Amino acid sequence: MIEVRNVTKSFNNVTVLHNISATFEAGKTNLIIGQSGSGKTVLMKSIIGIHRVDEGQILYNGRDFTSMNRKEVVDLRQEVGMLFQGSALFDSMTVEENVRFPLEMFSQKPQEQWKERVDFCLNRVGLSHAAKLFPSEISGGMQKRAAIARAIVLEPTYLFCDEPNSGLDPKTSLTIDQLIREITVENNITTIINTHDMNSVMEIGDKIIFIHKGHKSWEGSKESIFDADNEDLNALVFASKLFQNVKKYHNR
Amino acid sequence: MGFFESIGRYAELMFEVFSKPQRWRLLGRQVVKEIEKLGIDSLGITIIISFFIGTAITTQMVLNTENPLLPKYVTGLTTRETLLLEFSSTILCLILAGKVGSNIASEIGTMRITEQIDALKIMGVNAANYLILPKIIGFVVIVPVLVIFSMFVGLLGGYLVGFTSGIIQPSVYVMGIQYAFNPFYVTYSLVKSLFFAFIIASTASYYGYYAYGGALEVGKASTKAVVNSSIIILLFNVLLTNIMLV
Ligand SMILES: Nc1ncnc2c1ncn2[C@@H]1O[C@H](COP(=O)(O)OP(=O)(O)O)[C@@H](O)[C@H]1O
Ligand SMILES: [Mg+2]
Repeated sequence: MIEVRNVTKSFNNVTVLHNISATFEAGKTNLIIGQSGSGKTVLMKSIIGIHRVDEGQILYNGRDFTSMNRKEVVDLRQEVGMLFQGSALFDSMTVEENVRFPLEMFSQKPQEQWKERVDFCLNRVGLSHAAKLFPSEISGGMQKRAAIARAIVLEPTYLFCDEPNSGLDPKTSLTIDQLIREITVENNITTIINTHDMNSVMEIGDKIIFIHKGHKSWEGSKESIFDADNEDLNALVFASKLFQNVKKYHNR
Repeated sequence: MGFFESIGRYAELMFEVFSKPQRWRLLGRQVVKEIEKLGIDSLGITIIISFFIGTAITTQMVLNTENPLLPKYVTGLTTRETLLLEFSSTILCLILAGKVGSNIASEIGTMRITEQIDALKIMGVNAANYLILPKIIGFVVIVPVLVIFSMFVGLLGGYLVGFTSGIIQPSVYVMGIQYAFNPFYVTYSLVKSLFFAFIIASTASYYGYYAYGGALEVGKASTKAVVNSSIIILLFNVLLTNIMLV
């Protein structure tokens, strides 16, 4: 479980996150939704500590990240996996080498077991056949899957996904969403996903937090999202024609 | 960003870079790769430029010192001193600042904007140490080799002038390049090149590492890396010459 308490973050005197608090539970896919530029990525990177927060606390199963020393941070990092918006695969390495990299860097296990783990992860995301290819040689969807394999290779307790569907077609998006959800449930991971994709919200939104202009504006379940009494949220939810029509139909 | 702030950030980055590597085995492997990419791949340009500059200096010296009062050895001697003292260290490193500096800055800058550096950090990797240290070590190790190559090939270029144009007798040239040879000049050149190599690799890494935005910013970072490392090289050239020769 991850708890965010009163987090504030600014860049060059512009406040991007205003006093945000939220709880993310294990074994669930927790979604952070909001328009582009609302602060989702900054919030996620603040939780992981790529950005240092100005104020507030971040608790990983009760351990306060903001007051950890360097060594404790490095140790915690090995419990964390992250899927970046652009996949962020190392482009000088093959898919297999990418997945193997965290093991090479941190694994205490003997080298012989690495291959087994790498093969397992590649197989889990359905990429065994592409192991020897470079990131530039595979499609966007495959890159995302390779990045998932790399994120889970050290068996993380916490998984972060920043816009896992950006740049993907709806069908591929669905596969990626389902993959993330399955892995979350199988391994009881605390998963946090940034998205502005309403299909993802409907598909895998166990818990939803809505960020608007750097403020937490709403939280709830995917079932309650259509009845939310929040103009900004409604604007996001009913932005697509499809949902507008559904709403009209519903109100009749 | 102000001058002193930049210096501060640079110092901070170097502090990270020179911390203890998390995996020595990976460092060794990376250093070998960088020596190949930054050094061996620069051998071609080093040889071509040094050869033609050696030729040009010798030709110019012959043509512009046709005074019978000047001893014959002056051509070879001047070619040698120009190469040893300035060309094969300072000018060669300015050229390498263009090639290697832009290569390093754009590679690290691209890794920054495509979040590969963030990905390293998330894993708990000291990204500055993992990415930059092998480049600095690799380049500092290989640059003296390039300098030695440049000296030999430059002198060879001058030697061949005698054969191709006949304006100077090869034996006279050879006598000139041996006349009053001071081995310390080679040491001086090599020591300078070590500093220059460090300046190029670290400055370019700095600009790449702090790139923010898109592809355009990577281009800007690499331009800044080349321009600023060139200026710093020239400043250090004056400084080191005053310390070592004056
Ligand atoms: N490193 C940074 N420096 C300065 N401003 C930033 C930085 N990262 C993000 N921002 C700003 O913070 C705001 C929120 O950005 P972001 O979290 O990326 O939005 P999104 O919800 O689309 O992920 C934007 O206005 C952006 O310009
Ligand atoms: Mg974002």
